[in-house]
Amino acid sequence: MSERRGDRDGPPRRVRVTSPRAGATRTRATSVASEIDAQTRLGEVYITSLMRSQLRLAVGVLLALGLTLGLLPLLFHLVPAIGQTDVVGIPLPWLLLTVVASTEIIALGWLYVRQAERNEENFSDLLEGR
Amino acid sequence: MSTAAASIIAVVLVSVATLAVGAFGLRVSRTMSDFYVASRGVGPILNASAISGEYLSAASFLGAAGLILARGVDMLWLPVGWTAGYLVLLVFVAAPLRRSGAYTLPDFAQLRLESIHVRRVSSLLVVAIGLLYLIPQFQGAGLTLRTLTGAPLWVGQLAVAVVVCLNVLPGGMRSVTFIQAFHYWLKLVALLTPLFFFAGMWASSRMPSGSGAVDVADWVEPLQGDHALYLTYSLVLATFFGTMGLPHVVVRFYTNRDGRAARRTTLVVLVLLAAFYVLPVLYGVLGRMFAFDLVAEGRADTVVLELPSRVFEGAVGQGLTALVAAGAFAAFLSTSTGLVVSVAGVLSQDVLRRGTGPGLRGGIRAFRLATVLAVALAVALTFVSAGVPVARAVELAFAVAASTFCPMLLLGIWWRGLTARGVIAGLVVGGGLSMTAVVATTFGADWEGWFGVIIRQPAAVTVPMAFATMVLVSVLTRATVPKHVNLTMVRLHAPENLDLDRGTFHPDPSRAGSRSGEGATARRDNVTVRRG
Repeated sequence: MSERRGDRDGPPRRVRVTSPRAGATRTRATSVASEIDAQTRLGEVYITSLMRSQLRLAVGVLLALGLTLGLLPLLFHLVPAIGQTDVVGIPLPWLLLTVVASTEIIALGWLYVRQAERNEENFSDLLEGR
Repeated sequence: MSTAAASIIAVVLVSVATLAVGAFGLRVSRTMSDFYVASRGVGPILNASAISGEYLSAASFLGAAGLILARGVDMLWLPVGWTAGYLVLLVFVAAPLRRSGAYTLPDFAQLRLESIHVRRVSSLLVVAIGLLYLIPQFQGAGLTLRTLTGAPLWVGQLAVAVVVCLNVLPGGMRSVTFIQAFHYWLKLVALLTPLFFFAGMWASSRMPSGSGAVDVADWVEPLQGDHALYLTYSLVLATFFGTMGLPHVVVRFYTNRDGRAARRTTLVVLVLLAAFYVLPVLYGVLGRMFAFDLVAEGRADTVVLELPSRVFEGAVGQGLTALVAAGAFAAFLSTSTGLVVSVAGVLSQDVLRRGTGPGLRGGIRAFRLATVLAVALAVALTFVSAGVPVARAVELAFAVAASTFCPMLLLGIWWRGLTARGVIAGLVVGGGLSMTAVVATTFGADWEGWFGVIIRQPAAVTVPMAFATMVLVSVLTRATVPKHVNLTMVRLHAPENLDLDRGTFHPDPSRAGSRSGEGATARRDNVTVRRG
């Protein structure tokens, strides 16, 4: 791509030699959007890759929630002693289902938003050829 | 001044303030799209307050504390699930739903599946879920006024119905946004202030000693009842996955500027909800100490209203009771307003539209007619339905939403293979089974054994069945995958800053149904194009 700059600065002779290749590279870089617009196989692959990364993230968050909060009823069922345990004077299940649960939910939400925006920035960079 | 008089003044003040804030919003509401969804010009904090204000209903304000008072730790899953539901909505649905540009669930169904039949079935379900959710709001209003003043139940029910109509009829969504943001903060303050007084009393150790009903294993330790593990998991499933399918929740997402703003707004909602839901838990515990007799009398739902006057005497008790009454009324008003707007929106677009003439005027006339119709229907249903506890009735609405719109949204957003027939089959199976359970429960049917348990809390069975039906029928009819599915996926998932073709679906109700023909203007109209 850098040869392209030679268009203006370098001698005219060089332009004729390098311009077809440079032209090809340029078309390539700007065409992802048009591939998507034209709904080609390649455009579909790009959108699918974005969807996959976002879906993987979402399922990851859901799994994190399911394997902690979601396992609590089973844990209470299998280890009834948890119900009789006190922490700082409050029964453990009450603590888990109030303060701990809401902190976890907010933290997961925050992590998700940050990563989802990153995924989109990567996709935008890809499309804009940066 | 008596407690009754103070409470009536508070309730009237809330209603007048609500109408006043609404009228302020009305001045900025001009066009049809303002009328429906506040033109998307609402910032994240205001919008998150409005979403939370709309979401915190009679069930959150009265019902959760009542159930925690009566049944203890297992009911903590209600506030947890109601918050986690927004997390699930955030990660799977928030941004794509906003990017779809759909006003309502039927809009989304039509955009994604390109079928007018799916739209019709979705409309029917929106009306059903909306009415189901309205009933406990009106019930709660009747209960509140009866507790505070001794008035018959229908007085409070009609009062809420009238204020909701007065709210919605002139202003539509723009005014609703302001009202609901105001209602969130009012509800928070109403529950928080008495707790400060309790804390003050505690600190000066003038707190009367409560009953010993707190130290009961049945109440403190989890999973004490029969089939408790199944019931808990079913409740978890219904609340975690039902939130995204509630009609009044979805409509609000259109007021975000773009998909990214929708995500950030939802994150703020998580914080606001988590902050609020500490309060019903505290009321449940305090109620156990100072108002335990309510359980035996079957009036646990009124614990939030009665607690202040039990602990404080004289003017303080009256003032706090009035404040809590104001908060409770804010809860009924905001949720029922949101529900009425979305049910009326669907009724006017899909049922009444043809009879009321063309253009903006016809649209608004249809919307107003639909508003009156929706409120009247809900009041009538409230009169005939049995006295199910407020939070129970809401749980059932969550179960229906989780068994219908949740699979449609999740599969529709993340799977290209979904077909219109698959969705209809899934909605019929999930909706039919869960609605049957709801009707049976509401009219007091009580079966023995596992069947009765499933009817009581159907989500753990009906949600997987709805998913399985949608996937299976879609695979069998894969030749009928919607023609523009790839374009729709670009629309749902590509960030708005990219200049891409996103199709031409226009959610303006006066043009709903057109998927092409508007050409370039519609294409660029729909998305915030910020070329970078």
